[in-house]
Amino acid sequence: MSKTNDSLTGVINLGNLDSKPSIDAKRKAKRKMYDKLFYRFCQGTIFFALVTLVVLVVHILMSGLSWISLDFFTNFTSRFAERAGIKAAIFGSLWVLFLTASFAIPLGVSAAIFLEEYAPKKLWVQWVQINIGNLAGMPSIVYGLVGLAVFVRYFNFERSLLAGSLTLTLLILPIIIISSQEAIKAVPLSLREAAYALGANKWQVVFLQVLPAALPGILTGVILSISRAIGETAPLIVIGALSFVAFTPTNIWDEFTVLPIQIYNWASKPQAEFHELAAAAIIILLVLLFAMNFLAIYLRQKYQRYKL
Amino acid sequence: MSASLSENKEVILETKDLNVFYGEKQAIHSISMQVKKGTVAALIGPSGCGKSTFLRSLNRMNDFVASAKVNGDVFYKGQNLYSKKADPVEIRSQIGMVFQKPNPFPKSIYKNIIWGPKINGFTGDMDLLVEKSLKRAALWGEVKDRLHDSAFDLSGGQQQRLCIARTIAMNPDVILMDEPCSALDPRSTQAIEDLISELKRRYTIIIVTHNMQQAGRISDETYFFHEGHLIESGDTKMIFTKPSVQMTEDYITGRFG
Ligand SMILES: Nc1ncnc2c1ncn2[C@@H]1O[C@H](COP(=O)(O)OP(=O)(O)OP(=O)(O)O)[C@@H](O)[C@H]1O
Ligand SMILES: [Mg+2]
Repeated sequence: MSKTNDSLTGVINLGNLDSKPSIDAKRKAKRKMYDKLFYRFCQGTIFFALVTLVVLVVHILMSGLSWISLDFFTNFTSRFAERAGIKAAIFGSLWVLFLTASFAIPLGVSAAIFLEEYAPKKLWVQWVQINIGNLAGMPSIVYGLVGLAVFVRYFNFERSLLAGSLTLTLLILPIIIISSQEAIKAVPLSLREAAYALGANKWQVVFLQVLPAALPGILTGVILSISRAIGETAPLIVIGALSFVAFTPTNIWDEFTVLPIQIYNWASKPQAEFHELAAAAIIILLVLLFAMNFLAIYLRQKYQRYKL
Repeated sequence: MSASLSENKEVILETKDLNVFYGEKQAIHSISMQVKKGTVAALIGPSGCGKSTFLRSLNRMNDFVASAKVNGDVFYKGQNLYSKKADPVEIRSQIGMVFQKPNPFPKSIYKNIIWGPKINGFTGDMDLLVEKSLKRAALWGEVKDRLHDSAFDLSGGQQQRLCIARTIAMNPDVILMDEPCSALDPRSTQAIEDLISELKRRYTIIIVTHNMQQAGRISDETYFFHEGHLIESGDTKMIFTKPSVQMTEDYITGRFG
């Protein structure tokens, strides 16, 4: 506000204003060229990314599409490719999605609120903050090992849906916390001040003004991190999720498999048919992920009706 | 307003030896002043002299600036705002504030108005409250057909009047305004000035302004600040015609600042 203005005046030395600043034509042309070059460069990178994506998707569609039928969804996996389906994996993935979301969202968002709004500006808080950042960059297999030691062994949850979901919760928690923090941080101070100036207390400011304003950002982060959880394989393999499952889980203590594990399992078989089955399962996984990303976009649009 | 008339009025807000620091740096030096009920007080002075800092210490908005430290006393109706017993949330519901940049909530016009009263437990007729507040803020005519549109669809001047309406809806005793017209065109400024003259019958208003004509037009008392000190204060007419300090005269006549 006024503070920044103050610091500006006096600092900028405009020099001798009488002599007209001369920018010669050559430099102008050069600047224009750089502008254009950068534009082309950006165009090139997006083109490269798109082509890679298209090639991958087309390849997968070509090998997998013909295997997708109703039976593919209603059959369990099988030793015979013609009879193999993804029923157990789909159910497992949906269970994991639901459980992970219901653990990670309340935990992550609350932690973000605490860190942004309530935590004292002390050294230990900074230390926690740095470590959350570090955790977000940790290879996912490490979370698998933690999950194995803590949930599977120590708490004796065995290879259950609960153990798997809690492991994935740990995995995405740092991402949810950080993205929610960013969303909360982006809420302008002026909005908080407006609320406080009307006699609101902290709780009311945080829950009735800051959180709703941050919601689109929080939702985006949440959905993107949950779609990451849905695509994870390594940590679940480490905690011992099964790859050959011929039943659908009925409660959180059941053993389970998920789509990425099913894909991994089929892809590592020698027969070509199973590779095509894997491609088919990838298509389903991709559809699921696309759906979640669209949901993220939709929710963001919906709650951004009043732009900040 | 004549000096004798405002002399009879009771003091509603008073500071005694008020000092404000930002970290090590002192922004307000031992300011003592009194504002009488039902008057408009103008705070003037060059940029960076501490007007906003001072204003924000009157309803404890400085609580949100981590580095800000206040010492000294502010009395509101005899109650010390900085005593341990004082509840800043309660204080702010009685001493409202309008900011330099309009800052409506990202909600509808209607919800902007009722938010404050609602969270403070108001249970009366909301529609009536909205209409009354918007009428007092001279905005009703322009928005009555679109109360449920986003407040962000309004122009800057309309947004500022909405912020004033929102403050009025709380029925505060005192309204603090920090350069409420600085982002507005002459017409909106005019509307807000008219509004202030209208409002002062019910409320006490303390306004920061860089516009000398404005201070002269709307205020009863003027306070001239310089580098954190209160240099001169008194009846606006006096300050503008026969200031007793040379610096005040220089500032008002535009020779520095
Ligand atoms: N948050 C802050 N931290 C540190 N110093 C600050 C802060 N806010 C204001 N100051 C300093 O305190 C002094 C008074 O600032 P203040 O904003 O009260 O001035 P002002 O009179 O309102 O100026 P303007 O007319 O430009 O709005 C200035 O020197 C400013 O740099
Ligand atoms: Mg200011």
